Amino acid sequence: MSGDHALEWLRREGRIVIVGASLAGLRAAETLRKEGFAGSLTLIGDEPHEPYDRPPLSKQVLLGHASADHTELPRRRGLDAQWRLGVAATGLDMAARRVRLADGDEVEYDRLLITTGVRARPWPHPAEAELDGVFVLRTRDDAARLHRRLAASPRRVLVIGAGFTGSEIASACRERGLPVTVAERGAAPLVGALGGVIGQVAAELQRAHGVDLRCGIMVTGLEGDSAGRLRRAHLSDGTTLDTDVAVVSLGATRNTEWLAGSGVGAGPRGIACDAGCRAFDIRGIVTDDIFVAGDVARSPHAIFGYQFLSLEHWGNAVAQAETAAHNMISSSSERRPHLWVPAFWSSQFGVNIKSVGVPSLGEEVIVAQGSLADHRFTGVYGYQGRVIAAVSFDQTKWLEFYQRQIETAAPFPPEYSSVDRRPEGLRPVPADFPDPSLPTHGPSVTVSGYSPTDQRITFTPARA
Amino acid sequence: MRLVVDLNRCQGYAQCAFLAPDVFAMHGEESLLYNPHADEAQREQVRRAATACPVQAILVEYPQEAPAAVEEGLSGVR
Ligand SMILES: Cc1cc2nc3c(=O)[nH]c(=O)nc-3n(C[C@H](O)[C@H](O)[C@H](O)COP(=O)(O)OP(=O)(O)OC[C@H]3O[C@@H](n4cnc5c(N)ncnc54)[C@H](O)[C@@H]3O)c2cc1C
Ligand code: SF4
Repeated sequence: MSGDHALEWLRREGRIVIVGASLAGLRAAETLRKEGFAGSLTLIGDEPHEPYDRPPLSKQVLLGHASADHTELPRRRGLDAQWRLGVAATGLDMAARRVRLADGDEVEYDRLLITTGVRARPWPHPAEAELDGVFVLRTRDDAARLHRRLAASPRRVLVIGAGFTGSEIASACRERGLPVTVAERGAAPLVGALGGVIGQVAAELQRAHGVDLRCGIMVTGLEGDSAGRLRRAHLSDGTTLDTDVAVVSLGATRNTEWLAGSGVGAGPRGIACDAGCRAFDIRGIVTDDIFVAGDVARSPHAIFGYQFLSLEHWGNAVAQAETAAHNMISSSSERRPHLWVPAFWSSQFGVNIKSVGVPSLGEEVIVAQGSLADHRFTGVYGYQGRVIAAVSFDQTKWLEFYQRQIETAAPFPPEYSSVDRRPEGLRPVPADFPDPSLPTHGPSVTVSGYSPTDQRITFTPARA
Repeated sequence: MRLVVDLNRCQGYAQCAFLAPDVFAMHGEESLLYNPHADEAQREQVRRAATACPVQAILVEYPQEAPAAVEEGLSGVR
């Protein structure tokens, strides 16, 4: 069979299996059908629910504006798919092209897409994690449980870890009038994602809204009463805190264990794939029948020196799923790279936080519009003399502009006259990331053309 | 009916909150909060909001509408 015929056959009557039935899995399935895939389509998901949206879980749902049981994602089209929900994939046989399921079944594929995402990192002490009152927030069941507990007016809520999810939970609790303590190991909330300069603004916001924010502090233990209910937390400064709810928000772990021993290049940092979403095997050779998308993927990005990025971003899951699906049923000359510029939003303490690019690569940050003191500003991050990211607090309108700056590797600090120079914005200052993972020096790359079918890569020589 | 807003794309213009205030609401200056499971009674308001959004950030699945009846093939068919 020639390549063309094989592809034609695949599109007409091949078997595509998607493991992980959430945002990325659903959007990929829709794209496959939209692009004319007429073969059999199977979605396997370990959660018993059809695909639902997670961002509302830490916002609308905790505030009581929406029900945790009703955030199912709208569909763009009929899928004519077999759904295997409530059953996990437990193994993969690459040679036989078979996925093993927890119920003993096996499903064969011609093309496989892996979208198994991440799960909440649990509290490290299992016995303490079991205490009644200790929560994580990743799934709709987690959200339903936590919402129920918040509605019962606990005396105090302890949020462990002030990343985006932890900060949003603290915000929702304050809005519900609940006393909240936030314990963060770093110097400020959001410091890992946005750096210390912007983190200070996040800290001010929390305190202004009545959060008892404790930075540079670790929770060392959770203590229960005789009935197994949480009643106290022990902190690294030797103090204790009486609390009946603790929400563990210590980030996420990639769901790759089921691939152990399969030969796919999967590990705790995710599944490495090429820019076309094809998974690498453990030898570093790219596969041609296994694709990856969403939170579980780790893929090289041209704008960021071809470093592998793993992004736990809603928009990345959608864009990467669409690209993976397209590539799964296209010939190599028609494939597209996943060149999506990272972007996310968060809503907390009444402020809309948005970002484009990769702030954590930034060495320096400059307040280009607005002012930190007003909690309304746009911060622009620079890396090796180019704009690498921007973050806005209630200044969405600027981000599109900076997205273009990132895509074209515009010089940093920005020099254009539109920069609204308030006193504090005069000079770039160190972005102050706790643990900068500096990218290697290399050629810088710019991207042009904004239609997904029309993205070209142009090399520009490395700056000396 | 089910809906989702692409909040990366949303510019906080608030047209949706004006046209379907029971489903979309601004929270602070620029944050949009919405009910992802809007009541059937809101169908027309939601449709107007989705149409009016200047950046087309609102995706709605209207139950019991054939794909052909809706642009871009939004449908309740599984
Ligand atoms: C509370 C919360 C708030 C968020 N807020 C924002 C936000 O404001 N902005 C933003 O940009 N992003 C936000 N996100 C992140 C966003 O939701 C994720 O990026 C997105 O869900 C990723 O989609 P995904 O399909 O790749 O992975 P997931 O949504 O993690 O889905 C993976 C699915 O695969 C399943 N699975 C795992 N292993 C197996 C297996 N072996 N077999 C079968 N199924 C399996 C999982 O159970 C899950 O259902 C938030 C996330 C959470 C949890
Ligand atoms: S109309 Fe569109 S851009 Fe405006 S707030 Fe609503 S979703 Fe956002």
